[in-house]
Amino acid sequence: MTDELKKRLLEDVVIFSGKEEVRTGAELLAPDHSPRERYRTDSLPSRGALHVKTDLQRQVEQFLFYQAELLDTKNWQAYIDLFATEGVYWMPARPEQTEWMDSPSIFAEDRELMSVRMGRITHPNAWSQAPLWATNHLIANVVIEDLADAWVCVRSRFQVQELRRDAVRSLSGVYRHRLLRRGEDFQIELQRVDLMNAQAPFDYTLQAWV
Amino acid sequence: MRPIEHLVEPDRVHRTVYTDQEIFDREIEQIFEKVWVYCGHESQVKAPGDYYTVQIGRQPMIMVRDRAGGINVLHNRCPHRGVELCGALSGNTGSSFVCSYHAWSFHLDGSIRGIPLPQGYEGTRMNPANPDCSMKRAARVGIYRGFVFASLASDGPSLEEFLGDARIAFDDMCDRSPEGEVEIVPVCHRVIQHSNWKFFMENQLDALHPSVTHQSTGVSASKIERRLKGEGREAPLYYHYLSTFASSFDQWDSVQTVNFPRGHGILKGYMGLRPNDPDTQQYTEAMHRAYGAERAEQYLGRSIHHVLIYPYLSVQSPLQQLRCLRPVAPNKTLSEIWHFRLKGVSPAIYRRSMWYFNLVNSPATMINADDLENWTKGQWGLESNGGEWVSFHRNYGRDTRDGDTTYSNNGTSEVVMRNQFDAWSKYMSRE
Repeated sequence: MTDELKKRLLEDVVIFSGKEEVRTGAELLAPDHSPRERYRTDSLPSRGALHVKTDLQRQVEQFLFYQAELLDTKNWQAYIDLFATEGVYWMPARPEQTEWMDSPSIFAEDRELMSVRMGRITHPNAWSQAPLWATNHLIANVVIEDLADAWVCVRSRFQVQELRRDAVRSLSGVYRHRLLRRGEDFQIELQRVDLMNAQAPFDYTLQAWV
Repeated sequence: MRPIEHLVEPDRVHRTVYTDQEIFDREIEQIFEKVWVYCGHESQVKAPGDYYTVQIGRQPMIMVRDRAGGINVLHNRCPHRGVELCGALSGNTGSSFVCSYHAWSFHLDGSIRGIPLPQGYEGTRMNPANPDCSMKRAARVGIYRGFVFASLASDGPSLEEFLGDARIAFDDMCDRSPEGEVEIVPVCHRVIQHSNWKFFMENQLDALHPSVTHQSTGVSASKIERRLKGEGREAPLYYHYLSTFASSFDQWDSVQTVNFPRGHGILKGYMGLRPNDPDTQQYTEAMHRAYGAERAEQYLGRSIHHVLIYPYLSVQSPLQQLRCLRPVAPNKTLSEIWHFRLKGVSPAIYRRSMWYFNLVNSPATMINADDLENWTKGQWGLESNGGEWVSFHRNYGRDTRDGDTTYSNNGTSEVVMRNQFDAWSKYMSRE
């Protein structure tokens, strides 16, 4: 080690932040540069209706599980029949969308349009259905957000694996069901599906309801 | 790579034009990084600092509104060490771009604004007067009726020359607004095609495929449409969007194409988009008031299904949507799907075209599901050695040439592909 190097290594400096008048480099150069949304505290999710009775919670969960099972077993008509006459399946393109009729959507289907989709998937010349195709749904984090005598609003999270040809892809997101109470059973008035990757590129299309 | 004249013959092309990496690289250089490429619509960047990122060929770019109200298209790259400047798809960047690495900052026109500790550059050749210190700009930016294009080549045809008669795509879309303008709907669906970009461009004007490829959806939709009508209920117009796919070969053969220089073209209308309901009547009246009866009828009566701007854009002007291709690899193409709102029309008229966006162009499309399947399978076939040539013989020699435009006499004529490859050869043969 040379004397010069020994000398240089003894020259220490300590820099520190924390003084309010010190601004960081980027802030100093362009204080209005703020491309990201600020951290928000005004939109906490609902803790759910904690007073919900266990049996209602269980009925709702069983309904969601059954719905998923109908999709995975390709019982399309039985799936459609879970929807009320005016029921709607809606997958918005963006999470901030609030109504299905006038929003550009990924899915926006009443029972009639669902019947069109079912007719397509089950047609012998639905070419895209020729390769292997199957799904596997898992539903979790089921929270009853709100309820009244006639209806229940439920939030849940889904994880779907989809097999197509030789590849498996993963889809996930949030379901929000508005369910009409029919004794101990339910009918779907609105099923809102917010896919996590709704605005990311899709590797192939979504052929059936998620 | 074979010489171009050995790849493209008047009635057939060699399969490698869809599969070969070297040909793809040359396409990017000779076509996509030279021609006018669609970047977006003015209404996507309304306020100073608003930006959208966009890919031109292999180049990540930013379209940004500056303080003077102009739109710039810049390379999304810090000139210091190359770091991407905008990490989000879109947003507002304030009064400058700031690099996340060393805080070089740039005005909204790309010129250098500040460098930290600038004395460190004194006496070097990297100083603010050197253009290398600023973000690189697209060579040319052009706007046609609110649609923004950029070219990375400083010479070549003007935007209007490049678009030629296919500029009707944007005229037709805007003219259908009583105010003569559209604005973007801020939703972009992106779908990856596992096929060469040419599959999409050819398919768009291919009138033979719909009743085969889309049979399942066409048949299913027309069944429900008939049932609703049978029950005395109203079948919304959007059933018709789907059920027309179930038409016969002869019917499709009557839907003609118009083929322009540079590979552009038109598939003429076939959906009859002028129903006689109160919403439409009110809209027609508004159009008559805005333009006078004669011009309004000319605008509303145009027979266009969609217009192709070769080699990457399909504009469905009567329903205000467009699909833009960004080629990624010989066998991979990203499509971006946008929708526009006619200014000055009722929500009912907007809803009508939005439902086409939902049913046909969304990622849950009941139509393109089968197109994508075809193109993937087509790509695999052309990657195989099972045959060397792709046939475009249908109605060869039986189209009508008028000046530099070719009209099909049978809608299913493969003049579309022949015309596109004529343009392709010219682009690819340039020095």
